[in-house]
Amino acid sequence: MNPALRILAPGLGLTVQDLGRFGARHLGVPPSGALDDYAHRVANWLVGNPSACATLEMTVSGPRIECLIAADIAVTGAAMGLWLNGTVRRPWASLRVRPGDVLELGLAENGCRGYLALTGGIAVPEVLGSRSTCLAGGLGGLEGRLLAAGDLLPAGPGELLTVPRRLPWTPIYPQHHLLRAIPGPHDHLFAGELGRFFETTFTVSPRSDRMGLRLDGPAVARDAGAPSGIVSEPVVPGAIQVPGDGQPILLLREQTIGGYACIATVLSADLWRIGQVKPGDTVRFVRVGLAAGRRLAAQWRDFLATTERLLAAGR
Amino acid sequence: MDNRDDKADNRLPAVRFRISGDRALIAVYGDRVEPEINERVRRMAALIEAARHPAIEAVVPSYATLAIHYDPDLIDPAALGGLLRDLEVRAEETTVPPATTIEIPVCYGGEFGPDLATVAAHNRLASEEVIGLHCRTVYRIYAIGFTPGFCYLGGLDPRLHTPRLATPRQRVPAGSVGIAGGQTGIYPLASPGGWQLIGRTPLLLFDGGRTPPVPYRPGDAIRFRPIAAEAFFRLAGEEKR
Repeated sequence: MNPALRILAPGLGLTVQDLGRFGARHLGVPPSGALDDYAHRVANWLVGNPSACATLEMTVSGPRIECLIAADIAVTGAAMGLWLNGTVRRPWASLRVRPGDVLELGLAENGCRGYLALTGGIAVPEVLGSRSTCLAGGLGGLEGRLLAAGDLLPAGPGELLTVPRRLPWTPIYPQHHLLRAIPGPHDHLFAGELGRFFETTFTVSPRSDRMGLRLDGPAVARDAGAPSGIVSEPVVPGAIQVPGDGQPILLLREQTIGGYACIATVLSADLWRIGQVKPGDTVRFVRVGLAAGRRLAAQWRDFLATTERLLAAGR
Repeated sequence: MDNRDDKADNRLPAVRFRISGDRALIAVYGDRVEPEINERVRRMAALIEAARHPAIEAVVPSYATLAIHYDPDLIDPAALGGLLRDLEVRAEETTVPPATTIEIPVCYGGEFGPDLATVAAHNRLASEEVIGLHCRTVYRIYAIGFTPGFCYLGGLDPRLHTPRLATPRQRVPAGSVGIAGGQTGIYPLASPGGWQLIGRTPLLLFDGGRTPPVPYRPGDAIRFRPIAAEAFFRLAGEEKR
């Protein structure tokens, strides 16, 4: 396949991601995938792709990229500044590029992760049903690694837009994040602490990475007699683990099994927000019950479906 | 939710369920590392996969628990719990494929296992005795995780228990076989690691381009077979790398 993009400078943490790799978790292969799946989906919809197409995930500092084909691109997520051949362009909107064009993204001024979609998607080979990069396993994406200067990326088949697209609402990412979470699966080990946990404001540690966000704050205490470790159990993205020192770790999408009790789990409808949390930000978890959580998550899925439909229909 | 159903099966402890967010349920079959509990987990995983229920997206087993990922638009957790109990009650009529034992050739000591002498000295054994004890056990794969394809094995002989390295290695080659405390295992991929390395297999255990990517499943068993450097050289050449 002919290359579509050439990476001139990668910025920090540039990877290929899609919605994730879900078929091999029982073999220890984590989901990976776009951490802010909302921005990832919208970027795809803006260029006429289905949400499952792979995009580029950019972290904190954006890349410089040469376009090698005519295509539509869209940049969403963190506000990084976007220049096409030196001219400022608008994010959250489709943008026609031609061979030889140079795109440049700057430092994230709001949020943490940006997404760049391209007509047809980034068509690196699928590994176990997904193009997402799993850095720990060295698989997916381009050779299982961070992208580097000189890398060439192919695009899949797709048609150019007949009418440009733009999302007329764009998120403003906070520095103080409220994440809705359902108690469990091990809330029974923290019965005396649960109320206080949901009132605590945690600070995101600089030791956070794509595996998990480490949260600094008053130690979360187990009930008297509760064990510090558990027999290792499956974990899901958004699980809030409490290790022996009581400093929680908010698990992202790179782990399948864990040996620490999880006091609560972030609602699926709020997982995308975690992708925009950066070190130094604060996080508080808002308690929701299972029934309410299911309703809220269904509303979010409806909103996504509506957004996709509106963008496809044109305004 | 802690739905006990005492009359479902009077021979087995009742399954309990825990909520893991709005898209997964954890089925709890025990809270200990025991072959019987893990076998029940393996059987349930196989039964659920065979049922091919449209609402169930994935099943992830561990030591004593099973995560069931479901489509919340198609089922609610209470109905899912009922479905799992029904499956288990009907399980007697269903045959689950038996677990298999996979033989892993290992070249012990020397270049392949730089810490074999440390493990021998720690346990006051000769290196040959360490190899003999390590190869004698059939190890159950209780779970696969930590990194892609990494097996949590049970059953290491207590005479081989050895603490981890004080300083982890920055890079452990793929296929390395190690001991850490009371655990033994294989690194399927090159990674940093603090286990005492006693040998190495020439087999390419994890290959993302292969389906399935690893030659074993949770609940299977592993036996190690000692090989010489010549066999390592030959087998490594036969692996697609």
